[in-house]
Amino acid sequence: MTLEIIKPGLATTIQDLGRPGYFHLGIPEGGAMDRLAFRAANMLVGNDEGAAGLEAVFMGPEIKFGTEMSVAVTGAEMPMMLDGEPRETWTSFTVKPGQVLSFGFLKTGARIYIAVSGGIDTPPALGSRSTYPIGALGGFEGRAIAAGDVIPVGNGSVMAEGRVVPDALRRRPGSPAELRVLTGLYWHRLTEKSQKAFFDDDWVVAPEADRMGYRFRGGQPMEFVDRPQPFGAGSDPSNIVDGCYSYGSIQVPGGLEPIVLHRDAVSGGGYFTLGAVISADMDLIGQLQPNTPVKFKRVEMDEALAARKQRKTMIEDIRQALA
Amino acid sequence: MSDIQSPLPGTFYHKPSPEEPPFKAPGDAVAIGDQIGLIEVMKTFIAVNAEVAGTFKGYSVEDATPVTAGAVLAELD
Repeated sequence: MTLEIIKPGLATTIQDLGRPGYFHLGIPEGGAMDRLAFRAANMLVGNDEGAAGLEAVFMGPEIKFGTEMSVAVTGAEMPMMLDGEPRETWTSFTVKPGQVLSFGFLKTGARIYIAVSGGIDTPPALGSRSTYPIGALGGFEGRAIAAGDVIPVGNGSVMAEGRVVPDALRRRPGSPAELRVLTGLYWHRLTEKSQKAFFDDDWVVAPEADRMGYRFRGGQPMEFVDRPQPFGAGSDPSNIVDGCYSYGSIQVPGGLEPIVLHRDAVSGGGYFTLGAVISADMDLIGQLQPNTPVKFKRVEMDEALAARKQRKTMIEDIRQALA
Repeated sequence: MSDIQSPLPGTFYHKPSPEEPPFKAPGDAVAIGDQIGLIEVMKTFIAVNAEVAGTFKGYSVEDATPVTAGAVLAELD
């Protein structure tokens, strides 16, 4: 059972829910950036929620199916054709051997997730099939898929066609996208004026944003509280003595462009981090296109925990809707 | 007459580098596969190639402009 890649798209990679447990060694968690959409795709085709699938960003791939299987595409809105016939996103459908799935121009969102019944069956690396291209780890030979690749698929049963995730359970960023932030250890490094400006300013997604980090521009340069730089920190006021970075943490090199670290981020370094985007909103970042307007909203821990619970409930509601 | 559309969102450039002339000028012949511009996204430059042949009429957006997927970048006669 295979998928044959006719056109790879831009940076289409095999992903699952990631490889937690190695971040202290500098190996990122990896895995799908929009985890809710990723889980939903697997649920639609009857897989375990952590089965490996494809993550495609901005452009869809073109895929030829080797056998009959169930397929579902979730995440961004991108028109999709099976042998030229339209198919709906967030909905399961069955493909026959030799049929070809292709995509039109991206409409909203940024990343699609393609799940196939049985899941992608490449060899796991450190407990995960997620691709970490910089480390040549996991996925298909440790890299993004390329034209001509033949990707192995596991054994799965073909599900009913037309299983649908209800519209209310498809989570999408608003416009402007609102990202909720908990301030962090180094928040005190910013002047009061810059602390206020970070939340008041209008930001847009910079075109450099990728799986390692999402960069934003458009806000005012940040000012730092004067201090003698500690031994071991660089001379720039945005430098600290090296520290750990968390998933979601926000660094601002030179005080200019905030970068939210995402699934393939480095685990530590010498930039101050002003805080972190709450875990519940990390899925939304995975669906932001370049130049999308963004506002950062300050929240406290109780709201962050409530949002996490709400997101978990939404995933449970998808499970119930497809049970 | 046909349009060349952007395959993905990003920043569209007419030129291979700031010092060089645009890939195509009005009146130039365009063959299938000819490069007409570049899209910058995720620290990568992606070539935009013509999928039909024709005569280059002009760019539809300015150099170094943010574009969305499907945006018309250039027109052919």
